[in-house]
Amino acid sequence: MATENVPIAAPAIVADEAGGLTRLRRRVTQGELGSLPVIIGLILIWSVFEYLNPNFLTARNLTNLMVQIADIGVIAIGIVLVLLLGEIDLSVGSVSGLAAGVMGVLNVKNGVAAPIAIAAAIVTGMAIGLFQGWWFTTFKIPSFVVTLSGLLAWEGLLILILGTTGTINLFDPGIDSIAGNFLTAEQGWAVAGASLFVFIGGMILTRRRRAKHGLDVAPVYGLLIRAGLTTVIVLAVVAFLNSNRGVPLAALILVGFVVGFDYVMRRTRFGRHVFAVGGNAEAARRAGISVKRIRLAVFTLAGTMAAIGGIIAASRLLAVNQSSGGGDVLLNAIAAAVIGGTSLFGGRGTVWAALTGALVIGSINNGLDLLALPASIKFMITGGVLLAAVTVDALSRIGRQSAGRA
Amino acid sequence: MAAVIGPTPEEGAAQARRPQEGPAREPLLELRNISKRFGAVQALTDVNLKVYAAEVMALVGDNGAGKSTLVKTIAGINIPDTGEILFDGKPVKFHGPKDPAALGISTVYQDLALADNLDVVANLYLGREETSTPVPSISEEQMEKKARQVLKDLNVTTLKSPRLVVASLSGGQRQSVAVSRSVMWSAKLVMLDEPTAALGVAQTRQVLDLILRLKQQGHGVIVISHNLADVFEVADRIVVMRLGTNAGDYDVRDTSRQEVVAAITGAEFGKLHAGDAADA
Repeated sequence: MATENVPIAAPAIVADEAGGLTRLRRRVTQGELGSLPVIIGLILIWSVFEYLNPNFLTARNLTNLMVQIADIGVIAIGIVLVLLLGEIDLSVGSVSGLAAGVMGVLNVKNGVAAPIAIAAAIVTGMAIGLFQGWWFTTFKIPSFVVTLSGLLAWEGLLILILGTTGTINLFDPGIDSIAGNFLTAEQGWAVAGASLFVFIGGMILTRRRRAKHGLDVAPVYGLLIRAGLTTVIVLAVVAFLNSNRGVPLAALILVGFVVGFDYVMRRTRFGRHVFAVGGNAEAARRAGISVKRIRLAVFTLAGTMAAIGGIIAASRLLAVNQSSGGGDVLLNAIAAAVIGGTSLFGGRGTVWAALTGALVIGSINNGLDLLALPASIKFMITGGVLLAAVTVDALSRIGRQSAGRA
Repeated sequence: MAAVIGPTPEEGAAQARRPQEGPAREPLLELRNISKRFGAVQALTDVNLKVYAAEVMALVGDNGAGKSTLVKTIAGINIPDTGEILFDGKPVKFHGPKDPAALGISTVYQDLALADNLDVVANLYLGREETSTPVPSISEEQMEKKARQVLKDLNVTTLKSPRLVVASLSGGQRQSVAVSRSVMWSAKLVMLDEPTAALGVAQTRQVLDLILRLKQQGHGVIVISHNLADVFEVADRIVVMRLGTNAGDYDVRDTSRQEVVAAITGAEFGKLHAGDAADA
């Protein structure tokens, strides 16, 4: 009683929300790690590869890396959303392949214009996601079984629509430019400037709104550090990419989706409700949230993002074939989401996990390719990194529990 | 014995001490002859109940006495077979949980129904987030401001910040958040199902204070509890249920724990052997 009922004065509230270092230490010890492990991991991986092969950290190779991870990253965004619900979608690889197949068949075999073929591919992914979500919510079958069926079925459908051709080569510049185009230096700087303007402006506006409502605000130096750090990183990346071919369009698409979905998840009612359903579906239901509608929407988004990822992949490989979306696409996307820090237990994670996780997975693949290591070694190392990432997730969960935060 | 004419001296004194319970005062919620049958089981038989505004009514009874069925009836989850429900003196019919909620009856169930991964503000506003235009976004600042006010009004002082994640809160703090959520949407009547179960001493204290605070603010409160010590501490009136029907309605100032236990168990030894009870 003595400790519990002592009224806390206003300064205590401020102390809790300010104090960057204190908060960081508390987060680490109590298992609220966020994206810290993945960034440390990324620095570690990059250092090792740079040490083994000095070609790794060149502008040319990092540009390649950005293009290589775009498809996995975009698919992983959908996986992050599904994981936030506490569900899983195993069909995203097959859906990405099928969507690319639809685009290829329409564009090459039937002469449909590229934009329409791309739109049809996206609608295909959307419809599949909606269908699987409907099946999962209506018959209450675990999502991994429904989407496992999808994994098989959509791969079969891809082989069917490709027919005897097997491989379709994509020549339409409307499709090839997605992964093949680069922004000019000026365009790159313009995009960087505009996004920094929005980001920093948003931070200042939020601070002003808090002050206006008489709420405590974070200290100015914290704001300056965040704004400064972001500016330096964005400008450095753009400068580095400009020194080679420029910012790849595919990378811009990925980052754009990440920023957009991050906003949706953190700042809109829909995003809030996704977190609520993932945290406690019964509580969400009693609060009047339509759990079914949220689940349908998220599975639809996962299918849509899978289709967009498939289109980017096909554009990069300039072809669709029977193995499109097969192999390690699904596992890489799930691994990216989890390595990025999305909890497998639902309700915890950010959309940024898709980007950071895809960077880790992509760096490993890219680095091992530079070292000319065989696929066998690649698979084993990627498996090891995934295991390490889920262990970090499980350990931080234990940390949260022992700190009374789970 | 001679027939008693008019109130006994004892009753007269009791009435003098609580003028607010005169006949002119209308109950906030009244149940008349509520019966409910599940297949072969008669869960409720002719249950009568009155709850007044600014009053804490404790609903006690043994396991299987029909407390939960009654709570679910008031919450609109069970539809009674017969009987009448009056709210603010007007007869009402509940077809689902939304009907009582619209009238201002809110229920805090034992599991609290909080999303552990979200902060206190998000939980208080779950499903009712305020948004701004033209860019659709949650108005965090407005919500936080109001959340702080609600917590302050209810004297929830142990919460360091409404931005803490619910997972990091103690049992008593969680209960406080759940109760705050139930009253912040203009509830007139709050039902609390076993609010102090599984709480430590200090946290139980917090919740009991909160219940008294609700009463001060003019809410009607129904507390379902097994813990008679807590009940005697906060309740104005104790309604005992046994075997699906009323087994007693006591003013806490005019009753003893023995009498209530007797009513719960059905052994009327408190009256028959007053001497034994006093010894116990």
